[in-house]
Amino acid sequence: MSLDPSHTQTPHLGLSVSGLCKSYGPVQVLADASFEVRPGEVVALLGENGAGKSTVSNIIAGSTKSDAGSITWRAKPYSPASPAAAIDAGVGMIHQELKLLPDLSVAENVYVGRLLMRGGRIDRAAMNAQASAQLKRLGLEVSPERKVRTLRIAAQQQVEIAKALTLNAELLIFDEPTAALGSEETELLFKQIRKLKAEGMSFIYISHRLDEIAEIADRVVVMRDGRIVARHERADIPVRTVVEQMVGRSVERMFPPLSEPGSKMLLEVENLSSPERSFQNVSFSVRAGEILGIAGLIGAGRTELVRAIAGADPISSGSVRVAGKPVHLNGPAAAIKAGVVLVPEDRKAQGVVLDQTIGENLAIGNFDHVAPNGWVFPKAVQKFAEAGISRLGVKGRPNQAISKLSGGNQQKVIIAKWISRPPKVFILDEPTRGIDVGARAAIYDVIADLARSGMAVVVVSSDLEEVLGLSHRVLVLSRGRQRGILDRSEASNVAVMELATS
Amino acid sequence: MAVSNGASELKAGPGAQAAAGAKLSALFAGTMGPLIGLVLLCLALSLTTDTFLTVRNILNVLDQVTVLGIMAIGMTLVILIGGIDLSVGSVLALAAMVMGFVAHPDYLNLGMPAGIVTALVVAGLCGLVSGLLVTVTKLPPFIATLAMMSVARGLANMITDGSQIIGFPDWFTSLSIIRHFGFLSVTVGLMIVLAIIFAIFLNYRATGRSLYAIGGSAEVARLSGIPVNSLTNWVYAVCGVLAGLAGIVLAARLDSVQPSSGFGYELDTIAAVVIGGASLSGGVGSIGGTAIGVLIIGVLRNGLNLLGVSPFIQQVVIGVVIALAVATDTWRRRAQ
Repeated sequence: MSLDPSHTQTPHLGLSVSGLCKSYGPVQVLADASFEVRPGEVVALLGENGAGKSTVSNIIAGSTKSDAGSITWRAKPYSPASPAAAIDAGVGMIHQELKLLPDLSVAENVYVGRLLMRGGRIDRAAMNAQASAQLKRLGLEVSPERKVRTLRIAAQQQVEIAKALTLNAELLIFDEPTAALGSEETELLFKQIRKLKAEGMSFIYISHRLDEIAEIADRVVVMRDGRIVARHERADIPVRTVVEQMVGRSVERMFPPLSEPGSKMLLEVENLSSPERSFQNVSFSVRAGEILGIAGLIGAGRTELVRAIAGADPISSGSVRVAGKPVHLNGPAAAIKAGVVLVPEDRKAQGVVLDQTIGENLAIGNFDHVAPNGWVFPKAVQKFAEAGISRLGVKGRPNQAISKLSGGNQQKVIIAKWISRPPKVFILDEPTRGIDVGARAAIYDVIADLARSGMAVVVVSSDLEEVLGLSHRVLVLSRGRQRGILDRSEASNVAVMELATS
Repeated sequence: MAVSNGASELKAGPGAQAAAGAKLSALFAGTMGPLIGLVLLCLALSLTTDTFLTVRNILNVLDQVTVLGIMAIGMTLVILIGGIDLSVGSVLALAAMVMGFVAHPDYLNLGMPAGIVTALVVAGLCGLVSGLLVTVTKLPPFIATLAMMSVARGLANMITDGSQIIGFPDWFTSLSIIRHFGFLSVTVGLMIVLAIIFAIFLNYRATGRSLYAIGGSAEVARLSGIPVNSLTNWVYAVCGVLAGLAGIVLAARLDSVQPSSGFGYELDTIAAVVIGGASLSGGVGSIGGTAIGVLIIGVLRNGLNLLGVSPFIQQVVIGVVIALAVATDTWRRRAQ
């Protein structure tokens, strides 16, 4: 770790950022940020949500203006007024939420806004040929005439990269590029980055997946609270060191100790299959007080499996028993009644009603409890909400809009919504996705507590370390098939990945 | 919602008065803007005309908005769950024609009660079909109710082959004429009672609160165990019944029914709900707000008439008011 200013002064053809500041009203989101990206280099930008990574990238990509500071790009002063200006200067950004037009073709997306013309008409042949050439450069065989909607997320991302390449980008900013990718797809992306790097392109790489950084980055810049707190000249730094710099305190333990499971079988799943074959013949059981992790690559059928168990999606065959009683899975309401609750994968779209208050969000799904005769009184909602808030340590009040809470606190509200019933089977799908590293530990504690209080807990996560650290046993899915259930003692990174890629 | 909660929290005075204030503000949640608009409108008309602020005229306004008001209650529910119902004007006409056909001596002559009940059932069925098109066939509400708008209008015309039915019993027409206790006709009273019932339903019944959840996010509501599809069907059915009821009220006011009545009413109704602060994307809105929206449209029409403004200019003014009301609401939200 070095904070000496050796990174400045030497003029080169890369990007040099110095003293950038940005405030929104009284809140300073970026303070004196300085770093550089040399040609042919991948610089990883790390930090919790709100650390200022996005602000600094948006300034470089031209979608935000800085209040102070300067940028030099290819030895010239650079202050793009708009994303278009940045693109003209050779700086492109691949956003986490891809900005593609799903109903247009691959080629049209690559050339959107500057469609190739010939004699007043769109020159589709040329567009298709050139888009296809760029995709080939990325090692991708996709018809340029295919509609983007029909492509997988990973392929859509490749289209965005191809678009940047046809714009002659020399610097690409990636914001969480692998959040939606499986490991094979991530490997492909890395291969492409290495290839383009060798051609002299530079990259700023933002990611929450610290294990990837060592693999892809040349140097690491760590941000916290709008400031750069560390610069590493190499990327193979211990994860713990980086996490400590990101959260600004030492991370003593990430995962809480697990208690011994009881003996009572609470959840028994037998030969469960989905109509779309996203999972087939899955069988497992979870005892009271036990945490079962479900691991697998993206698309392995993990989310589909737990959604079916929670009644959210239909099944084609198989059975589910809760505490020995068969459950007729014809909707979430039936599952909830039987004691199976789900904290869904996509918090904003499936977990909370963003327009409503914390109290209202807690009351949804608990009207049988909050309003025994169907009458909902604000006082009862308030009381119910306060109980849930204090039980899980949510930082908020019942009357507060839930949209104002951090991801971690929103997640706690979703867990609190169910906890009072109390459920028998608690399923959490990607419980820490998009949640700050520092706030994750609190969610882990909550999950361990759920098990300790005697519930059967099922945790789905793409974060392997999370699955391994939290679970008594780990079920591994691959392409919809159950590849095995590993005991905590035998579940290691390698063992799980072997099964997941089989 | 959030605004009024914040306000009542700031007051935070002890005692029953503050609590009552909070409850009242809950009923008119998020409707401060439209309410101020209505008050300003009334003030302006009181100053510019000497006839506006008379008991007689105010009662006139209430009489004139009953049809719109009853339909707007149903539309509020539909818009709250993120839907829209374009068929209410046609369903109003169909219900009125069914009532006339069943009750009138020239046709089936089964008596008014049978006519009214049949009309309401038919209107409810129309709404239910719209609901099923949305929940089962997965049509967008705009398309489903656009189809119903056409079908219901056609059926209304088919009943008498396009001709009107005139003349109902005196007791029926007097429902909208005789002012009991000196001020309240039965139809106006009906509108007020319905508004109160639905306001209480939306604010204090679990099912009513569930509608807000569905409008906020149907998927969150479904995963929380709320029966989204069946509630959606119910909401469209209730909206249909209320449109039918509005048709009956209109029949009482005109002493006749015609298949062309209610043409374009769906747009007035949507306008009233939206002026009242409801969001077309769902999850935001209230009966209190809708009541204000209905009154703004009613007062505006009445006032412009008193001022002798031509009906053509009235249309322009109402259009401008819709745009202004929604724009200020959008600005206010963005400012928060």
